[in-house]
Amino acid sequence: MKFKTFAAFVGPSVFMMLLFIAAPLVSVFIQSFQVTQPILERVEVETCTPGFLTQTCTTEVKTVPVLDETGKTVTETRWVGLQSYKNVLQMDKFWDAVGQGSWNDMMQVDFWRALRFTLTYTLLTLPLVLGVGLAIAIAVNNATRSIRGPIIFISLLPFIITPVIGALSIYWLFVGDGILTALMERWSGQNISMFAQAWTIELLMYFYKVWSSAPFAFVIFYAGLQTVNMDTLESAVIDGASRWERLRHVIIPHLMPLIVFIALIHLMDTYREFEAIVGFRSQAHVISLQWLTYDFMTPDDAGNRAMSRASASAMLTMIGIVLLLILPLRRTWRDHKGSAH
Amino acid sequence: MFLKKIALAGVVSLMGSAALACSYQNEVPIKSLSAGFEAWKAVTDAMAECGNFQAELDQEFRTKQPAAFEANPSLYHIGGVSNGTITPLLNAGTIRPLDDLVEKYGANLSPNQLIRINGQIMAVAMMVNTQHLMYRSDILADLGIETPTTWDEVYAAAEKIKEAGVVEYPLGATMKSGWNLAQEFVNLYPGHGGTFFNDDNTTAVNSEAGLASLETMKKALEFTDPEVLVSDSTYVQQQFQQGKIAMANLWASRAGAMNDEAESQVVGKVAMAAAPKATADGAPATTLWWDGIVIAKNISDEEAEAAFRLAMEGLDTEMVQGANDAAIWLVGGYEPTEIAAGAIATATANPAPPAYPSTTQMGLLHTALGNELPAFLTGERDAAATLAAVEEAYTTSAKEAGVLE
Repeated sequence: MKFKTFAAFVGPSVFMMLLFIAAPLVSVFIQSFQVTQPILERVEVETCTPGFLTQTCTTEVKTVPVLDETGKTVTETRWVGLQSYKNVLQMDKFWDAVGQGSWNDMMQVDFWRALRFTLTYTLLTLPLVLGVGLAIAIAVNNATRSIRGPIIFISLLPFIITPVIGALSIYWLFVGDGILTALMERWSGQNISMFAQAWTIELLMYFYKVWSSAPFAFVIFYAGLQTVNMDTLESAVIDGASRWERLRHVIIPHLMPLIVFIALIHLMDTYREFEAIVGFRSQAHVISLQWLTYDFMTPDDAGNRAMSRASASAMLTMIGIVLLLILPLRRTWRDHKGSAH
Repeated sequence: MFLKKIALAGVVSLMGSAALACSYQNEVPIKSLSAGFEAWKAVTDAMAECGNFQAELDQEFRTKQPAAFEANPSLYHIGGVSNGTITPLLNAGTIRPLDDLVEKYGANLSPNQLIRINGQIMAVAMMVNTQHLMYRSDILADLGIETPTTWDEVYAAAEKIKEAGVVEYPLGATMKSGWNLAQEFVNLYPGHGGTFFNDDNTTAVNSEAGLASLETMKKALEFTDPEVLVSDSTYVQQQFQQGKIAMANLWASRAGAMNDEAESQVVGKVAMAAAPKATADGAPATTLWWDGIVIAKNISDEEAEAAFRLAMEGLDTEMVQGANDAAIWLVGGYEPTEIAAGAIATATANPAPPAYPSTTQMGLLHTALGNELPAFLTGERDAAATLAAVEEAYTTSAKEAGVLE
């Protein structure tokens, strides 16, 4: 392809990536080393509040931002080095907890609590998503042609549903006297509260993730299964290979690049889990790194946002993703180089 | 809150055509942004009768409002605020003083409704809101329990109700981690005699009163739904309506729903009393709130005048008579019914509960409380360590916000 044609095709995409991904990233990176504060002054303010019949007025000294002539808040931006990262990581508490060998103490620091959950969540659901996706793909591949369509349709449904709606549906099915909890209570004869302790919430989250992500793996694997070399499979049958041996030695090696691909996408997506936390309202028990960033960014009633810590937390999340992706990326790179020879 | 957002974000009432009960025809297009509860619906519907008005009712208004009013021209003319959410607008100077407009159009307003900051009228209040004790009068009468007035009495009553086993859980509580849970602490803490801040803006919650408040909160867990850390006002309201709980300290704005025959199975069985006290001789352990309207600064004077005139039309006696039980109105023509008895008893108690102390620092402390208290209630951390953690979280964010050096 001529360079000009290539550039014309790739240009718009590169431009969009620079504008919507690279530029915000650079901005967040810079902000994570800065703190922007309004200039504050302490003034005496008299505030009157209605009671039911009469007003009560109180005079107190309030800390309020200074406004300039045009009515804009005067702000000041300072470089603070790694202070925001320190505030997020709270390494002193982390090392104290390590020193005392107290897991519970370590889990009291939001970042480490979020990291613990995000990592277990990402790494535990990965094999499950791969396994379930492959199982559905093989089942569909072996099903008779007439029922294949409906099975594919049903298996893809969770993938079509918006993630936050999926999470909410599961929440509503299990919260309080949701129909599935009521059913379980009838079977077991006990009062069951799925959202009262961390481990049941986490269990539901794993279920949610596998349920919503497995169809993606299934689609990819199903496509891959269509390209399995039939000659190799038939010769394996003639050599007396069992179904399991054919899967283990012919199909899986053939699908390996796809497995790596799905793993990459899954790690990237799951490490940024957010919908499950919001949908399940699990903040009291379980939080994720992405939720932590969101929480820093959400303004409180007085309008304060912790933008610097949010930026630092976002950068840390990105560093985490890069570290996670190094292994599968290296493998893809090796395969790529190998095939070039 | 997220659920409400989904449900309400799209609820935009566009009623330009039917100019029925309005005394004049509004010619200037006006937009408003407010919370989405019943009282706001009544007010904005009344404003819409004058035409050319678009109301946005959104429970997430608090995150949108500061930025929307800072735009020039402002994205909305009228803002619905409470004493908690007016602070960022005041701080950024994006709302205008209303003195001259009140003089021109506010003949029907009572002095009680005018929110003065440093002498200038910055908002017009329409209703008061507070938490109060809602209880199943039939159950308490059956078991011979007097209406509880302190939290100790509430727990004693809950114990009896639990033994009798007449409802699933004796108590409901708005303890959803985050804003709701923090609000529960903010209610109890002054009731135990605590002050939130020292003179140098550091927080004083790590104190005896703090410990006492946490202890009171934790006792509730014996009697509530085990999933109480996900339960917000709507959830508690539904538990009441479905007859699953017998008592709760809940917002007065939720009281009307108990007698909504379309939703409630306990019509006429829920009574309201003053919010329980933390100590026998203290004030009811709650905070007083008001809801009202503000007018944006970054709009033309004509628009401001039209907006204020329209707002007065929404806050008139006729509107109140159509929606008497939707709120504890401050507007003339309001007839308090038994639904309002608890809130009025709370607001007029002696000593009276404080107004919610909305300041920049309080916003930061509220967030710190909402994030750190759950670990105490799940039992991961003891009370003293939790208060130390709240103090530390507040200090970190206060330094970042520039409130502390």
